[in-house]
Amino acid sequence: MSNIVWLIPLFPLLGTLLNALFGRWIDRKAHWVAVPALGCSFLLSCAVFLKVWQGETFTGDLFPWIQAGSFRTSVTALVDPLSAVMLLVVTGVGFLIHVYSVGYMHGDPGYARFFTYLNFFVFSMVMLVLAGNFLVLYVFWEAVGLCSYLLIGFWYTRRSAADAGKKAFIVNRVGDFGFGLGVMYLWVALGTLDYGEVFARIGALSPTTATVIALLLFMGACGKSAQLPLHTWLPDAMEGPTPVSALIHAATMVTAGVYMVARSHALFERSGVALDVVAWVGGITALFAATIALAQTDIKRVLAYSTISQLGYMFAGVGVGAYAAAIFHLVTHAFFKALLFLGAGSVIHAQAGEQDLRKMGGLAPRMMATTVTFLVGAAGLAGLPPFAGFFSKDEILASSYHRGPLALWALLLIGAFLTAVYVFRVVFLAFFGAPRMPKEVAQHVHESPLVMTVPLGVLALLTAVAGAVGIPSAHGMAFARFVSPVFPLPEGVDHGGLSAYALLVLSVVAATAGVLLAWLVYRGRPVRAEAIGRPRNRLHALVLNKYYVDELYDAVFVRPTLRAAGFCARTLDLGVVDGAVNGVGRLVVGWARSMRALQTGYVMNYAMATLAGAVAIVGFLLWR
Amino acid sequence: MDAAVRPVAPLLVVAGTAFLLLVLDLLPPRGTKRHLGVVALAGVVAALLVTVVLWGREARAFSGMVVLDGFALFFDVVICYAAALVLLLSMDYCGRHGIESGEYYVLVLFSTLGMMLMAHAADLILIFLALELMSLSLYVLAGFFRWRLTGGESAMKYFLLGAFASGFFVYGVALIYGATGSTALERIAAAAGARPPGPLLVVGLGLLLVGFGFKISSVPFHMWAPDVYEGAPTSVAALIATGSKAAGFAALLRVLLSTFKVVQPDWTALLWGVAVLTMTVGNVVAIAQSNVKRMLAYSSVAHVGYVLVGVVAGGALGAGGVLFYLLVYTFTTVGAFGVILLLERGRQEAVNLDDYGGLAESHPVLALVLALFLLSLTGMPPTAGFAGKFYLFGAAVRSGYIWLAVIAVLNSAVAAYYYLRVIVYMYMRDREGVPTGAVPSFAGRLALGIALWGVLQLGVMPAPVLNLAQAAVAPLLR
Amino acid sequence: MVPEAYYTGLSAVLFAIGVVGVLVRRNPLVIFMSIELMLNAANLALVAFGSGLATAEAQVLVFFVMTVAAAEVAVGLAIIVAIFRLRRRLSVDDLSLMRW
Repeated sequence: MSNIVWLIPLFPLLGTLLNALFGRWIDRKAHWVAVPALGCSFLLSCAVFLKVWQGETFTGDLFPWIQAGSFRTSVTALVDPLSAVMLLVVTGVGFLIHVYSVGYMHGDPGYARFFTYLNFFVFSMVMLVLAGNFLVLYVFWEAVGLCSYLLIGFWYTRRSAADAGKKAFIVNRVGDFGFGLGVMYLWVALGTLDYGEVFARIGALSPTTATVIALLLFMGACGKSAQLPLHTWLPDAMEGPTPVSALIHAATMVTAGVYMVARSHALFERSGVALDVVAWVGGITALFAATIALAQTDIKRVLAYSTISQLGYMFAGVGVGAYAAAIFHLVTHAFFKALLFLGAGSVIHAQAGEQDLRKMGGLAPRMMATTVTFLVGAAGLAGLPPFAGFFSKDEILASSYHRGPLALWALLLIGAFLTAVYVFRVVFLAFFGAPRMPKEVAQHVHESPLVMTVPLGVLALLTAVAGAVGIPSAHGMAFARFVSPVFPLPEGVDHGGLSAYALLVLSVVAATAGVLLAWLVYRGRPVRAEAIGRPRNRLHALVLNKYYVDELYDAVFVRPTLRAAGFCARTLDLGVVDGAVNGVGRLVVGWARSMRALQTGYVMNYAMATLAGAVAIVGFLLWR
Repeated sequence: MDAAVRPVAPLLVVAGTAFLLLVLDLLPPRGTKRHLGVVALAGVVAALLVTVVLWGREARAFSGMVVLDGFALFFDVVICYAAALVLLLSMDYCGRHGIESGEYYVLVLFSTLGMMLMAHAADLILIFLALELMSLSLYVLAGFFRWRLTGGESAMKYFLLGAFASGFFVYGVALIYGATGSTALERIAAAAGARPPGPLLVVGLGLLLVGFGFKISSVPFHMWAPDVYEGAPTSVAALIATGSKAAGFAALLRVLLSTFKVVQPDWTALLWGVAVLTMTVGNVVAIAQSNVKRMLAYSSVAHVGYVLVGVVAGGALGAGGVLFYLLVYTFTTVGAFGVILLLERGRQEAVNLDDYGGLAESHPVLALVLALFLLSLTGMPPTAGFAGKFYLFGAAVRSGYIWLAVIAVLNSAVAAYYYLRVIVYMYMRDREGVPTGAVPSFAGRLALGIALWGVLQLGVMPAPVLNLAQAAVAPLLR
Repeated sequence: MVPEAYYTGLSAVLFAIGVVGVLVRRNPLVIFMSIELMLNAANLALVAFGSGLATAEAQVLVFFVMTVAAAEVAVGLAIIVAIFRLRRRLSVDDLSLMRW
């Protein structure tokens, strides 16, 4: 397996290099480089997956990387069921989104640049999930952040896009600061960063140390996976092209936090407290973001908050120890959320860039393929059986009921209800009812080209059938059994209370009720466009304004920082630092001029210098 | 292969190729000499392969005057890479500037032979012979633009000062012979260890250091370097800057580490000062240069200072770092000279800073490649220059030379100024006047590709080569 | 029998004369002769030390040095001739086109 594992990241890297170096000439044909590169990676990932299925695992060094005294680390890959699943998701969904982008980005002046970044992202993400130690994980953690930043600001001439990129970068920096500290502390505490060695020696850590390290690492996860309180960047990230939102800000990169916590579950379990923190942050975020999603008017922002909320579910799952369920939800979420984003992209594409739900409506007859696939995605997200989201979300709900506090379960259940409401609100507002867009736009509404609808179809199919591996059976669900080498199967702890079937029925009822409520509100009576997105009462205003978190951060962090920066720039920098730097600069240049004059060009002087040097050397040695 | 000649097998290949070239030069075709370049290149590549085959062996020959060990083989690799890249760059450069002739390639090979012999030599007299073989060839090569005043001046300065320094060197050898009764490094070491070092030995060592200081162009013996680099053909300047320096360091390290261990505290203290002076003078004066070749010359002086930091640090880390850095430096410097050599403006070589204005727009790939080489010289990750400096300065810190490392890092910061200035010209200035053009040359591009590969490979995964370098110095430290 | 120290003393004097010659003369030919003097000083020292140690080894070394000196002469004269052809004058003070 060793030979093919390294090929998986190699292909996207080659694609990146080709498009980066020769993008000017490849230009409109950039996808002929990028898409096959990813296709190859995907096929190889399938091969690796099959081998892992047969029970093989692989750990290997590509090359020793850094050696500085006792600190030695290699670029190591670890392929086990967990990373095999992640590989499949990253390259598979990535491949579909690459294909979709061919249609979506058609005619964009930065076509080759787009595919360069996208390929580089996939390369970094593959390396992130392949990483066999924390340092490599950290490096590619930063690399995917870089790609995210570049792609959010892809249309950098738009001020809002550039600002959103900056915001994503800065907010992530806050989280990564913690992550970096966590990695360093881990090394100080254990003297190794290799997964295997760290988890084998985890008992040597005191629970307090483990808590500190785990929480520092979780800080990074909060930033990357947009959990409270570092969630604010993700909605703004929707400024990027829609395929990017689907790939990076829904299906793959933002789930890196979940992956990291699941990967280091031994560390979090050693701490205990940290797991509770993870569970509660996840649960609260899940409900919090779901309420915001209810009121948003921008189709992509609804989906963005939905992503935050769903990531909350995954963290809640990890936090109660249901790792397999969380990763399973990660996979199904990748399918249906990518589907929803791509569907939204198709809608936006059809309406010449319009993202406002208030100006949509009645698209269904004109865009059947998009409508049907979007509906599948919505059903998946809402958790309606038999779609994939139902099985994975139910698994998390059931685990939280059995293993977590009741309040957490309640949060998640209400969240599930709200999820159904907001996603079907989007469905009804966008695809049904009377068209609310201007006439000239309405005339041009068209179904997207095949290159976009085929990926939609594939993702819809996956959303429809992927649940099958999560059907609980006598032996536990198939998915959990597959990843059981990484996450030991939970023992059948039963605290009594509601039975599994009652829980199942409850979650179905919650989802169905949500859909019905959305139907009543948005289909029961004609929708008035003006009424949407205008605050009706205090509570609505609060939700509409996203709980004023951005405003709070602005007042507490951003403006004071800017003021301090202004002070530093004017007084300290210009006066003191610049003065010193320029002074030193002038000094060195002056020094350079005078020393240069020693180089007279005359052989005599050079020989004299040689003799002087000889005398000095011999004199020094004799004096010693 | 006969065991007696095995230690010199790579050298025999180079020497044989050189003699073959002398014959081929007399045969047709007479119009072009490019095929001789190809043969020379094949010879160097063959020597490189022989080196790889011999890897890991240890042997002695010619009454112990020549050794084969990991140390010599590592330098063989560095020197062969330098020579091969220079030959690739020369092939069309010489044709373009009307200096293509059989002698050119023969002399490149003979100087390469001298360099390799310096790495293999275990006797002061043999070091002297090798040094002279290398130098005499380079004196002639430096003056190949014989119809230009600068060409002659460059050769003359190099020759007079080089011969002057050789005079010191030979006298040093004589004094050491007087003190120890031998010129073989091992016997000198044994004799010097037997009794406290007398003045004869110490003065002899000082004079040897003058000779080596000239070859590696450390301050104050560096003054020839800028003038020679400027006046010599650019391809020759690249060879002088890389191969001859590597050879100088090879002999210097062998002599200091294996022979003069007794007086190690003395020469360490001395080289501490020389390192500081060398890097500071090199960097500061480089700031004031507007001719890119001269700038690179001063920069190469500064890099000698960095390498001396590793020599001072000593041990497997320091000496291994020196070997690693010399390899890195060879790739980077040949690459930087290579880009300059492929550019011309108004039928002249583009050597002035102004010629680089707006280059990123007209030749994005070449500009990017040059930028990468310059970043490597600056020491930015992920280029090899970073890894090299990291290990050198790290070794200094580890051996307790904190201040030396601090001064070296400050120097690197100063150096960034003039390296980045070229990048600023390429990317942020507009071009003025006649555009700077790039010469299409497959061989040149191949050389740049190899150099770039080296710079990135050693930057991203330095550890394997560093391990080889550290293993290579192990025999000297025993 | 002249003591060995006399020879070594003479060689040191010769070496110093050579060095000074290089520094004060302007004609490359004379400078070059001064360098030859330095090499020969070294030869004298080698022979003197060798006779003191009663081995022939030093005399062999001298042959090497002399050979190298001859090679240096060949190359040096060629360079000097090449410059003379261009300039028709022979002084190292002219050689300062490249400086700073």
